[in-house]
Amino acid sequence: MKVVLRTPDREERELKGPLRVAELLKRLDVVPEGVIVARDGELLTLDDEVGDQDTVEVISAVSGGRR
Amino acid sequence: MKCRVCGRKAAVEVRRQGQAFCPEHYLEWFEHQVERAIRRHRMLRKSDRVLVAVSGGKDSIALWEVLRRLGYATTGLHLQLGIGGYSQRALEATRRYAGERGLPLIVVDLREAYRLSIPELAELTRRRTCSVCGLTKRYVINRVAVEEGFDAVATGHNLDDEASVLLGNVLHWQTDALVRQGPVLPAKERLAKRVKPLYLLTEREILAYTLLRRLPYQHEECPFSVGAKSLLYKEALNRIEAQSPGTKQAFLEQYLKRIEPVLQAGLPAGEVALKACERCGYPTTGEVCAFCKTWDQAYRWARKKRILPGESVFAPEPALRFAPERPN
Repeated sequence: MKVVLRTPDREERELKGPLRVAELLKRLDVVPEGVIVARDGELLTLDDEVGDQDTVEVISAVSGGRR
Repeated sequence: MKCRVCGRKAAVEVRRQGQAFCPEHYLEWFEHQVERAIRRHRMLRKSDRVLVAVSGGKDSIALWEVLRRLGYATTGLHLQLGIGGYSQRALEATRRYAGERGLPLIVVDLREAYRLSIPELAELTRRRTCSVCGLTKRYVINRVAVEEGFDAVATGHNLDDEASVLLGNVLHWQTDALVRQGPVLPAKERLAKRVKPLYLLTEREILAYTLLRRLPYQHEECPFSVGAKSLLYKEALNRIEAQSPGTKQAFLEQYLKRIEPVLQAGLPAGEVALKACERCGYPTTGEVCAFCKTWDQAYRWARKKRILPGESVFAPEPALRFAPERPN
């Protein structure tokens, strides 16, 4: 699956699916509390599953600074 | 995961409350949280004219949208800081939001009002950009609110902002800053009331609201904010929150409820008295306020370096009227 990270700069990754969102964030080393995960504009929860054909967006919610 | 209201598939989980919601009920929940915070702390009355400080980021845009939906008479205030394309895109997002809804928006361009941008001000005074930017924003926002007769200024500060500031103040035991950390700062002579209606909502919850309402907002971060300390504190708190949901909220709320009153009572002689700045007449603890001092210093260097003509003298009165733009 294609993962588009907006944290906040855009970056793309490829990951093998199917995966639960919680596992996907773990593999990306992203803290779930700081992001929203979406698929085609639909917001996902940590127990949702994403597949190989999906494009998943990981959008940072943390403002006030950049690493 | 299912929506706790209707049982449909959930879109947003609020782990600190052990709840999840579908899009429709999430929006309802979110707006209700803001309404409750406003009521609980008597932040605003329904008849108030509210000045919303809008950067164009998700927090201030979400705040404006909720206040509008709750029926408050709002006017946006956006400051053009002059930070290249970043500031330009911030203004575009703000204008787009206000224009689509026909809301009044006051734009103050610092270069038009005071002849220098924030990066120029920082360079000329050799001070940190975030420090002169914060100082200038607070001053101009208050000045607009007082001069245009607004009842309150609303800002988009959220739970993560407030909890990370608290953590920073605790780590360095900044007792003077600690006692000024509440969701409502009351009005004083030439000091507008300031309220933070989103102070119990996390950044993640605000982003979810912004996305579900499809609000235009600026996602990019200020180029001067790279490596900011506040980000380190936010990340640390989010790591704790992931293991122990509800920690951020308890940290802030319990501080405000149980510790701040004790600190307030224990401080010698209470608050420092405010007097009118000799230059601009706005409140300060010294003779001349920090805003006038900083800008005066910048003008001196700007004249020396011939950035401004030799006869330029800093005047605290802005060179423009604070009038709202006509909505498109």
